[in-house]
Amino acid sequence: MKYDAYIYDLSTPGRTGVDLPEPDVPETPIPAEFVRDELPLPELSLPQVTRHYLRLSQKNYAVDKGFYPLGSCTMKYNPKVNEWSSRLPGFAALHPLQDPLLTPGAMGLMYDLQNMIAEIAGFDAVSLQPAAGAHGEFAGVLIMRAAQLARGETQRHKILVPDSAHGTNPASTAMAGFTAVQIPSDADGNVDIDALKAKLDDEVIGIMITNPNTLGLFESNIVEVCELVHEAGGLVYGDGANLNAIMGIVRPGDLGIDVMHFNLHKTFSTPHGGGGPGSGPVGVVAELAPFLPGPIVDLNDAEDAYIWKQPEQSIGRVKSFHGNFGVMVKAYTYIRMLGAAGLREVSETAVLNANYMQARILKSGNYPIPYGHRFCMHETVAQGKIPGAEDVHTLDVAKRLIDYDYHPPTIYFPLIVHEALMMEPTETEDKETIDEFLDTLDKIAEEARENADLLHQAPVNAPIRRLDEVHAARKPVLIRLP
Amino acid sequence: MTLKYDSTLKYAETDEWAKVEDDVVVVGISDYAQDALSDIVYVELPEVGDEIGAGDAVATVESVKAASDINSPVSGEVIEVNEALEDTPEMINEDPYGAWIFKVKASDLAELDALMDADAYEAFNENREH
Amino acid sequence: MRYIPHTEAERQAMMAAIGIQDIDELFAAVPADYRYPQLDLPEPMTEMEVMRELEMMAADNANLREFASFLGAGAYNHFVPAVVDTIISRGEFYTAYTPYQPEISQGTLQAAFEYQSMVAALTGMEVVNASHYDGATAVAEAAVMAVNIQRHKRRTILISPTLHPQYRQVLRTYTQGMDLKIVGDELEGHDFHALIDMCNKDTALVVVQNPDFLGKLHTPQEMQDLADAVHAKGALLAVATDPIALGLLTPPGDYGADIVTADGQVLGNGLNFGGPYLGIFAFRAKHMRKSSGRLVGETVDVDGNKGYVLTLSTREQHIRREKATSNICSNQALNALVAAVYLAAMGKHGLRKAAELSWHKAHYAAQKIDQLPAYGVANDTPFFKEFVVTCPRPVSEINQYLLEEYGIIGGYDLSQDYPELGNAMLLCVTEMNTREEIDDLVTALQEAANPQIRLEVTQ
Repeated sequence: MKYDAYIYDLSTPGRTGVDLPEPDVPETPIPAEFVRDELPLPELSLPQVTRHYLRLSQKNYAVDKGFYPLGSCTMKYNPKVNEWSSRLPGFAALHPLQDPLLTPGAMGLMYDLQNMIAEIAGFDAVSLQPAAGAHGEFAGVLIMRAAQLARGETQRHKILVPDSAHGTNPASTAMAGFTAVQIPSDADGNVDIDALKAKLDDEVIGIMITNPNTLGLFESNIVEVCELVHEAGGLVYGDGANLNAIMGIVRPGDLGIDVMHFNLHKTFSTPHGGGGPGSGPVGVVAELAPFLPGPIVDLNDAEDAYIWKQPEQSIGRVKSFHGNFGVMVKAYTYIRMLGAAGLREVSETAVLNANYMQARILKSGNYPIPYGHRFCMHETVAQGKIPGAEDVHTLDVAKRLIDYDYHPPTIYFPLIVHEALMMEPTETEDKETIDEFLDTLDKIAEEARENADLLHQAPVNAPIRRLDEVHAARKPVLIRLP
Repeated sequence: MTLKYDSTLKYAETDEWAKVEDDVVVVGISDYAQDALSDIVYVELPEVGDEIGAGDAVATVESVKAASDINSPVSGEVIEVNEALEDTPEMINEDPYGAWIFKVKASDLAELDALMDADAYEAFNENREH
Repeated sequence: MRYIPHTEAERQAMMAAIGIQDIDELFAAVPADYRYPQLDLPEPMTEMEVMRELEMMAADNANLREFASFLGAGAYNHFVPAVVDTIISRGEFYTAYTPYQPEISQGTLQAAFEYQSMVAALTGMEVVNASHYDGATAVAEAAVMAVNIQRHKRRTILISPTLHPQYRQVLRTYTQGMDLKIVGDELEGHDFHALIDMCNKDTALVVVQNPDFLGKLHTPQEMQDLADAVHAKGALLAVATDPIALGLLTPPGDYGADIVTADGQVLGNGLNFGGPYLGIFAFRAKHMRKSSGRLVGETVDVDGNKGYVLTLSTREQHIRREKATSNICSNQALNALVAAVYLAAMGKHGLRKAAELSWHKAHYAAQKIDQLPAYGVANDTPFFKEFVVTCPRPVSEINQYLLEEYGIIGGYDLSQDYPELGNAMLLCVTEMNTREEIDDLVTALQEAANPQIRLEVTQ
C-alpha cells in the first residue's frame, strides 16, 4: 500500500495534539500589536502524528535494515547502548551554561574523549567543538592560517589539494580565503611526489591530505609528503574521514600530520540521522594547540576540578556552547566498550572485509577495479563499466541494486575514477551478507548484458521510482503551504 | 551523436562561441558544452554595466550535476543579457548557437584573434576526453 | 566480539580468497616504523559494565529534572512531548544516511520538506533550508550569503550589540579569512538608531536579534522601520529570533527581514549540554540560489507520482567545490526531524499555548522580583520570556545561595558580556517553571540580598 499523505492535508481546523496546563500564575495582558495574525501550522491529533511519521519512516532504507556499503561514509552498526547512554537525564537534561561544579560528569566525559581521540590518532590536543566533519575541517584550515600568520608567514595563500579530495576540502580552503591548487595522483593512486615538489613554494600554507585516500588506498609516500611540505614551511592537514581503516594500525600524528579532523558519526559509530547531527572534533600537534577553537575542557591548577579554557591564541569559537555533546556521549560509550584491542580489531576487520570484496570482484571480472593491483584499505573503488554492456552506467547499476533491497554504494566519487562505484562494507557486516551482495552484483552484470532495460528502468521495487531532478531544479518548489 | 559547429563563429578552448557585430561581441556556449552539461536548469547572468576582462568568469550555466563558468573572450562592458534564459534556460540545449547569453561592448577586438575558427575547434574537441 | 560478527573460520576463508596468510599483509604499505602503536586507553568493557560506568558519570551532574532552573541565554528548558523520542528512535530515521538515493529515502526527504514548510509558516518566509548546525553558525552563513547576494561589492556586516555574544563570536571566527568588516557591537546603548546611522554603501547586511539576547522585544513597527531604513541604504536585514516566541508574536517575515535565523533547540530538541541543536535558516525566494545548506524540493517520478529530492545541489561542496556557497555537508537532519514532529504534535494551538505560558510566567516573575527592594527589573521594556534583573551583589554569589539553600539554578551572569550593566542577571522563565518554583525563587532572591549572609563563591 502506498502512503503519500502530506502533513498539511491531514489537518483539521480546531484539532489539537499535545495539551498544556492552564497558567498557574495570574495572566499579564499581551499587547495586541505584538501578536501575529495567523499561524499556518497543521492541526493534528497525536494518533495522526504518530501514524504519519511511522508511515514515512517505512519508506526509508537504513543501516538497521540492511547492508549500506557507502564508500567514505562508514555505515557501521549504530550500537543501541550508545542511544541509551546519551538519553540519561544526567546528560540530556544539562544546560550548557551551568556552573562547571554542577557538571563534572559531563565535563569529565569531554575531557576524557579529548584525550582518547588524541591518543588514538597521535595528537597532543583536541577540541570537540565542531559539529561535523566539514566544520572541523574548516577549523583546521583556520588553524593552519593562524599558525602561519603567527610565524610571520603572511605571504602564504595557497593550499595543495589532491585531485581525489572530497569536495569539502577545496570548499573549506575557499572559505578561509585561500586558493586550492590541485595535485594529481600517480598510477598507484598515491599523491604524485614530483607534482607535489613542483608546486611547493613559500606561498603554500600546506596540504590537505586524506589517508587512506578516497581511492581507498594507503598513501605509500605519506611520510615523505609530510617531510617535503614541512621543509617548504608548510603544514599538513589530514582529513580523518577514513580513520576506520587505521585505528591501532598507525597514528596519523606519528606520520607527520599536524592537524586533523575526525568524524564521530563515521569512525566512532554514532548514527547518521538522515544527514546529521554529526560531530567533527579537530586534533593538533603541540605547536598548534594554542590555536584550537574553544572553549575546551581542562583541569584547574589544583587538578581537582574541570574548567572551560579558551586556548591562548584560539581561532575563536566555531559553534555556540560546547559542540554536539549528545553525539560525544555515544562515541565515548563506544570507545569505552571497545578499548584499544577492540578498535584495532575494528580496523583490521574493516580492511579484511573490503579486500575480500575487492578479491571477489576482481575474480568475477564484471566490474573493473583500476587500482586492484594493490591491497585496498577499508573501501574499494570499482567502476560500473560491465564488459559486454556498454550502454549501462554506474547509475543504472546503483538503481538496480535498490530493486534487490540494497542501498547502492557511493557513485561518481572520487571524480578521478570514471563511473566510480565506491564500496565500504565496514567491520560490522558478516561474510554471508557480503557474499550475497556480491552475488547480486554479478547477477546485475548478467542482466546488463542480456536485458539492459531492467537496469535502465530501475528501480521498480522501491517506494518510488526515478525522480525528475531536472524538473526539481528548474522551477524549485521548496515549501507547500495551504 | 554528431556535434554541430556554426562556421560563422569563433570558439574558445573553454567552449564559448563569439560573434562580432561591429564593436559588440555576442557570447554563448557551443553544442559540445551544452551536450556535456545535459539538461540546463539555470543560467546566472552578469549585470548590465559590469566591466569585465578577457578570461573573467562572468556567467554560470548549471545542470543538475554540474555548474560551468562562462568566461568572456573579450574585455569591455556588458551591454545586454538574454533575460529569456531566466525562464527557459533549456533554450541553450535546444539551440546553443541561437541562445546567446550576453553581449560585450569590446574595448579591444584584437583579443578575438586568440580564438579558434570552427574547424580548429572541432579538431580540438577530437582530442578531448568526454 | 562487540559488533564484529566474524568467526575464525570465516576470517580464514576470506584471507584465503584474498590470497594472504596473515592480516598483517594487508598493511604492508604502512611504514614499518609506525605500525601497531600501543594505544593507552581504558580497558574494554561489556555492555553491562559500560552502562554502569556511564550511569555513574551521568549521576555526577546536577540535571534539570532534579533542579529548578531559570537559565536561558540561548539554550532553553522547553517542554518536549514524548512522541518526539518515539519517532526519532525509529531505526529507519536515525540510522539512515543523507538522502542521496531519493527512491529509498522518501521518509527523510518528505519529513525534511514538511519541516521546511512548517518553519516557513512559522517565520513568515518563503524558503527554509534543511538545517545549519545551530543558531550561531546560521548567523555566520547569513553573512556569507549576504555578501554573495551583494556580489562581493559590499564588505561590512553591521551587528547589534544585543545579538547573542556567542553568535557574534562565531560570526567573527567564520569570516576571519574573508576580508570583511564586522562592526556595530561596540556601540553603547541598545537601540537601533546608532546602528542605522552606521549603515552605508559598504554595508552588506545588518544583523539584529528579536527578542534580543537581553530579552527585549521590539515592536513590529520598530522592526519594520529598521528594515525600511536598512533597505534604503541598499543593505539586507537578518533577524535572529526565538521559534517558541513565533507561536504568538509577529514573525520577522512580516516586518521586512531578508534572512531569518534561529536555534531550533527549543522545538523539542532538549538541552543536551549544548548540542546537537538546530540552525534554522530562512530567506526570500529570490535569493535561493545564493543560499547555503541542503534544500529539499518537490518533484515527480517517471510514473508521475509526487516525490521529494535534494535540489539546487550545484550550490554545494560536492559539486561546486571551491566555489560552493558553503562547505557544509552533514547538517542536523535528525534535529530538524525533531522540530517537525514537535511542530506537528504541538500544532498551532499547542505552540501558542507554550508561548503564552512562558509569557505569563515570566511576567509574573518579573513583577514579583521588581517588588523586592534590593532588585530592579526594567518593566517598561517589553519582553517575552527573559529579562534583566539588577542585583544588589555579584550574580555568582546570589546563584550560589539559590543553589545551596533552595536547589535552584539561577539566571545567567551578564557581568562578562555586558559589564556596563553592573551586577545583572538574565533570568528566563518558561512553561516548565511552576508557580511554586517562581515563588521560591523570589523568596530566595530576597534572602540572598541580605548583606549579613556571607557568600564565598567556590571555584
